[in-house]
Amino acid sequence: MKPSLFDYCSPTSVGEVVAALVADPGAMILAGGQSLVPAMNLRLASPTRLIDLKNVADLADIQVDNGVIKIGAMVRHRDLELNDEVYAANPLIRKMMRFVAHVPIRNCGTVVGSLCHADAAAEMPLLLVLTGGTVTAVGPDGSRDIAAKDFFQFHMTTSRAPDEMIVRANIPVLADGAGYAFHEFARRQGDYAIAAAGATVSLDGDNRVTRARVGACGVASTPVLLEAVEQAITGAQLSQSTIADAAEKAKDAVTAPDDMHASTGYRKHLLAGLVRRVLGEAGQRAAGGAIK
Amino acid sequence: MNRIAGNTAEQSADPTQLTRMTVNGETVEREVSVRMLLSDFLRHELGLTGTHVGCEHGVCGACTVMINGRSGRSCLTFAVQADGADIRTIESVADENGDLHTLQEAFRDCHALQCGYCTPGMIMNILSHLEADDEIDLSDEGIRELLSGNLCRCTGYANIIKAVRQAADTGNWNRT
Ligand SMILES: Cc1cc2nc3c(=O)[nH]c(=O)nc-3n(C[C@H](O)[C@H](O)[C@H](O)COP(=O)(O)OP(=O)(O)OC[C@H]3O[C@@H](n4cnc5c(N)ncnc54)[C@H](O)[C@@H]3O)c2cc1C
Ligand code: FES
Ligand code: FES
Repeated sequence: MKPSLFDYCSPTSVGEVVAALVADPGAMILAGGQSLVPAMNLRLASPTRLIDLKNVADLADIQVDNGVIKIGAMVRHRDLELNDEVYAANPLIRKMMRFVAHVPIRNCGTVVGSLCHADAAAEMPLLLVLTGGTVTAVGPDGSRDIAAKDFFQFHMTTSRAPDEMIVRANIPVLADGAGYAFHEFARRQGDYAIAAAGATVSLDGDNRVTRARVGACGVASTPVLLEAVEQAITGAQLSQSTIADAAEKAKDAVTAPDDMHASTGYRKHLLAGLVRRVLGEAGQRAAGGAIK
Repeated sequence: MNRIAGNTAEQSADPTQLTRMTVNGETVEREVSVRMLLSDFLRHELGLTGTHVGCEHGVCGACTVMINGRSGRSCLTFAVQADGADIRTIESVADENGDLHTLQEAFRDCHALQCGYCTPGMIMNILSHLEADDEIDLSDEGIRELLSGNLCRCTGYANIIKAVRQAADTGNWNRT
């Protein structure tokens, strides 16, 4: 199918993008187009105007600076995935990126576009939540940073104001010595996850958990932090049995209703299994050896 | 009454834009509707019908072309977005005499196509990997991952996997 009529502009500065958003409430920003164009082709979206970011200067920059990875609005998934400096700063990113669609889509789609699209099963929103990252929004009244937990409101809904543009995402580097892991389950490679889980774990000398971040996507209306799991595992001696007990606590976070891919019960079972795996693997990376 | 309209582009409500890009080494310039997809631009404006269109929402991979040296979906890109870009389509892959490229030969040798609908997208995706510096995992699983964004409804994937491996082994790719 073909998109309905729209006007098009390709401004060269963030200020002009914001002015165009203010001028036309029906306008939408076009980044990589890998979510917006399918929606337009299917006529699920009919913006009056597309504001293409391709000519806006400096949006394709990646910077690792003061413990934060700054990802400009036109950084393609694939550029972040293959960037070695980013890998050294936070290897969880490359690990998760491989599950985002397929290479031809990662070549065009942007990380920030994925955050703004805010699909509840998407990996990049979970990455932002899991790492405690932020996005930087610029609107007519200036710029503000929005924390991940405040940004994602519902499936495909964020707290970005209609006249704001997100200029970059800011993702903290991985803490020294922390272990990390990510696993997802989808029926076909590249599909959105039926459920996915990620974790970062820090241990003391006795393999006691000093800090754990555990999160999931595909199981609720936004990506979620699994706080009950974090509480259960923090302070505990990491072992197969403490991991299994903590992973059970993930089940309560599943609020997605039955859909054509899976029932709620199935997702609960799946998520507990995924959390067991990511805690084990992150723990093993942090401990530098197998967890008994 | 004759209901067939003349060629009255100026009467269309569609906003248009002058768009210039390089396609298979040639510079082309057209005044196009801003909602024209790159896939339709290649097929209908340029007559390059080798780029196929299956789903128009990014799922099947039939429309895959190279955009600035990287594979991308021409059905998820507006022609105006490709203004200034370097595009390569399946028409550029065999040489001028019609001699097949190593990868196309591998497809033929391994019976990796049947109806051929998915083949141009497959070739452009695989070629972009073979020509890139990044390492390719030639295990079955690795090749399946590489092909995961291209659907074939008739050949079955086993022969396509074989063809990728044969091409990777026989081709003189500038890979490290
Ligand atoms: C077949 C297929 C499979 C896919 N599978 C996955 C998957 O498994 N996991 C996954 O996470 N994603 C998947 N995707 C989506 C893909 O990751 C998209 O690239 C991404 O979600 C959107 O990025 P984009 O740059 O293409 O954004 P666009 O499509 O250009 O924009 C998406 C939305 O964000 C808005 N927007 C974009 N940039 C900004 C900005 N800077 N400021 C404010 N608003 C902005 C747009 O207005 C639009 O509403 C898939 C897509 C396809 C076609
Ligand atoms: S036609 Fe473009 S992916 Fe199917
Ligand atoms: S050869 Fe027929 S769809 Fe692939």
